[in-house]
Amino acid sequence: MSANIPVKPKVAIHKFSSCDGCQLALLDMGPELLSLAEQVDFVHFAEAGPCDPDTQVDLAFVEGSIATQEDLDRIQRIRAQSKVLVAIGACATAGGLQALRNSADGTQWVAEIYSQPEHIDSLPQSTPLSAHVKVDFELWGCPVNSLQVAGFINHFLLGVLPRNNADKVCTECKRRGLPCVLVSRGIPCMGPVTRAGCGALCPGLGRDCYGCYGPAENPNTDALAAQFRRLGLTPQDIARRFENVNNFSPAFLDAAQKLRKSHHG
Amino acid sequence: MNASFSPARFLDFSGLDTLIQAIRSAGYRCMGPAIENDALVLRELTGARELPRGMQAEQAPGQFKLTHDAENRYFAWANGPQAIKPYVFAPRESLWQVRRDEKGSLKFESFTPQPEKTALIGVRACDLAALTLQDAHFLEGQYSDSSYAIRRKSLFMVAMQCAEPAATCFCASTGDGPTPQSGYDLSLAELPDGFVVAAGSEPGQKVLSMLDLNEATPEQIQSTKEQGEAAARRQTRSLPARDLRPLLMNNLEHARWDEVAARCLACGNCTAVCPTCFCHAALDEPDAAAGKSLHVRQWDSCFNEGHAYLHGHNVRPDTRTRYRQWLTHKLATWHEQYGRSGCVGCGRCITWCPAGIDLTEEVAAMAKGS
Repeated sequence: MSANIPVKPKVAIHKFSSCDGCQLALLDMGPELLSLAEQVDFVHFAEAGPCDPDTQVDLAFVEGSIATQEDLDRIQRIRAQSKVLVAIGACATAGGLQALRNSADGTQWVAEIYSQPEHIDSLPQSTPLSAHVKVDFELWGCPVNSLQVAGFINHFLLGVLPRNNADKVCTECKRRGLPCVLVSRGIPCMGPVTRAGCGALCPGLGRDCYGCYGPAENPNTDALAAQFRRLGLTPQDIARRFENVNNFSPAFLDAAQKLRKSHHG
Repeated sequence: MNASFSPARFLDFSGLDTLIQAIRSAGYRCMGPAIENDALVLRELTGARELPRGMQAEQAPGQFKLTHDAENRYFAWANGPQAIKPYVFAPRESLWQVRRDEKGSLKFESFTPQPEKTALIGVRACDLAALTLQDAHFLEGQYSDSSYAIRRKSLFMVAMQCAEPAATCFCASTGDGPTPQSGYDLSLAELPDGFVVAAGSEPGQKVLSMLDLNEATPEQIQSTKEQGEAAARRQTRSLPARDLRPLLMNNLEHARWDEVAARCLACGNCTAVCPTCFCHAALDEPDAAAGKSLHVRQWDSCFNEGHAYLHGHNVRPDTRTRYRQWLTHKLATWHEQYGRSGCVGCGRCITWCPAGIDLTEEVAAMAKGS
């Protein structure tokens, strides 16, 4: 990344096929968003007010997956007009929940669900931004949180990218002093294969992580699946644990397919 | 029991609260056992009635299950996932910050921790042995860690003899338990009608003298001795030797490393619950609006990607090399650094491994195949 960052860089927040939830990571900051707005110039942030989608920016945060022809054309334009492009959230980094259709016959679904299917213009697959354009950094999570987004901006203003923390959720869980719920409660926690960033939100509430931050680096999905079998889950139950919002991330897709195969074979 | 302090006393169960109040009146916040997420953790304690009396814990590889103790004892389990480590080696702390002043020059400020004086109630012999190893790492040698030293001084240790080892315990094999030998302020051993209490430090002696207790009888002291010996005999796991340098260092290419890597999640839980693991990472957290940057230290693990990252290259890219690093450091190369093994036999890495990997089994397999 170039260290030539303007005094008040221009920032855009774009949205593709998604629920808008990741943009709340900014809006949820409250007063801190105001001090952030003194550091950067939010030129396009439709959910907060400013609307100028076609302007050149120093930094673009992009939420959502590429699911329609219109998405496909627009992401190319946004890439061309943005010096640094950051994918935010499970849709933009992995294709999102809507990527569950990637392994199904989408045309048939559309025909069954909609009375006038001709109004639906969707690509056969919902895909992450990185399948189409160069992505400079990815913030994973469903949704991403304020610390991730503010952390990125704070590094960006110094002309550097933040550390790409792909460690497991367990690292955050243990730093919080939480007992492992997989061990003490025998519940199928996805923490050992899931990327940190949430601060171990679910284990902190006595619940099992469901993998919404996507795969961690070096994830041993086979070993976790084997442990879930010992907890009494069927291969189909376990496949469903991987077929969540990050179902189309290669590590989780591969894990689910293996389990489906073992179930049928 | 330590000879330089007054003889051991006997505290009946009704006096346990008096002991806790005496420690509190000496200015300590008491942290004692509590149940959270179906596990035993240390949480603030204001009186004996808050103790989870009558609990036991069945431990097995990858399993921790709370059960009830037929004898309704106060401390009838071996250990929970954490004890002393987080109170001396903070999971995350700010070391210093740098800010730019009006003239544009950088100004560095260091942080000094100001921990509350804290008594840890119910720490075990293995925990105290581990603390000695953490001291060796953080305090001894050329550089002493000031944050660790300040926290260490704020603690008051109330040790508890282990009467009920878990199936995962092997402190008798490492020589670190089950009866606390040193490193405590007060040491307790639970008998059917109360506790034998001994002081092991001046602050411990001071607290003990606040209580009007009779000397423990020779029979009571004998009972605690026998209880400790029985607890050692009941341990089912062990390591084949205290010094495993030859076994592990001569088997760095053993096929077992691949086999364990297939089961290992590389989640780092073993290193987080290990009372002697001390690895940490430093990171910077800039705050543009405040014009400053925070330098933070937090627990790291040899199972994490960044731990073995050298400029442009990761020297331990896979689980095989990361697990091997952990086990060979803990049980072999630790001897060269600190004069003994880094394992105190607490068994936490076995219980709290989500995949149920048992280091005693891995070592045995290595010994069998070499």
